[in-house]
Amino acid sequence: MALMKQALVGFAAVLLLAPALAVAGAPKPTVKIENPGQCIAPAEEMRRNHMDMLKHQRDRTMRQGIRGEKASLNECISCHASKSSGSVTGKDGFCQECHSYAAVKLDCWDCHQPKAGQKHAGAAGAKP
Amino acid sequence: MNEPQDKSRRGFIGTAAVGTAGLGIAALAPGLHLIQVSQADTPTQGASSTVRWGMLIDTTKCASGCDACVKACNTENGIVETVKDARQGAQWIRKIELKDPKNGREHSLPMMCQHCANPPCVDVCPTGASMKRADGIVLVDRHICIGCRYCMMACPYKARSFVHQPLTEQNPEVPRGLGCVESCTFCVQRVDKGLKPACAEACPEGAMTFGDLNDPNSEIAQRLAREASTQVRADLKLNTGVRYQGI
Repeated sequence: MALMKQALVGFAAVLLLAPALAVAGAPKPTVKIENPGQCIAPAEEMRRNHMDMLKHQRDRTMRQGIRGEKASLNECISCHASKSSGSVTGKDGFCQECHSYAAVKLDCWDCHQPKAGQKHAGAAGAKP
Repeated sequence: MNEPQDKSRRGFIGTAAVGTAGLGIAALAPGLHLIQVSQADTPTQGASSTVRWGMLIDTTKCASGCDACVKACNTENGIVETVKDARQGAQWIRKIELKDPKNGREHSLPMMCQHCANPPCVDVCPTGASMKRADGIVLVDRHICIGCRYCMMACPYKARSFVHQPLTEQNPEVPRGLGCVESCTFCVQRVDKGLKPACAEACPEGAMTFGDLNDPNSEIAQRLAREASTQVRADLKLNTGVRYQGI
């Protein structure tokens, strides 16, 4: 009986320790924040919910024409674009690093401009 | 000219949600908010169904060989890619030269999405990507466009094009990309800021008048009430937002 109890305790200890060990040993994505400061929500919330924020905002902007919401891809790049490449994709790209790590396909930037400082539409004036 | 109220279910749900959120905040005690007011942004109201954007194009002023509107459109919307096959190039607005063989009278006019009140492209879209905003602007929601190109077939004006290659030089406010259909948006990113579409601003002859068809005091509504104008393929009864004069 005592042996069984010991075994159980040992098993419980392994169960408790295993995640901690796994986290400590696992490689992590290298996320470089170029412009440290306050994001629109705490980092934990952003990590978990940024996709929902952006998805709901995109539907309101696209279909109802509501602009200037808190969540915005253009605002993402203005803080998070890499200083070396100017982009949130590619090597060291803020978005790309985590998405590659998590093996989640990142297709926002197939259509949206991933580089900061690109000329905004209308900036040059429409006159020929 | 009265456009039927386009209260989509999605729009209703959105409004209902906003209403509930507002009640939630109001019901709480002073100083206690569900959403911190200090963090709340002030988004715009969005497109309103009281407005219907339209354009009146005076073809008698439109000069043959002038493509200022096309160039302005390309600059504004980041249409800068080179395509291998010219037939695959994006064409949000194009110039058309017409000649009446009987009397030799020539016309030159820009042709683009006519922003129909009853758009065939929206009717045929299998995913709901092709859509009409409350203010009458017909758009493609690229997030759900599957690139089937049914809308390109349905459009009587050949106003839509398909992106056949990966793009990298998009303007930040005008996302576009491989595998989606696209067309004139009336420069929705400018209209939402209170500006005219790029083509209307660029036309050296001032041949393109942009405005609210529903506002009786707008220049476009007054001119439409006073002067003769035509819809291209009026027989299709699409109630186009773009009207022409002199054709």
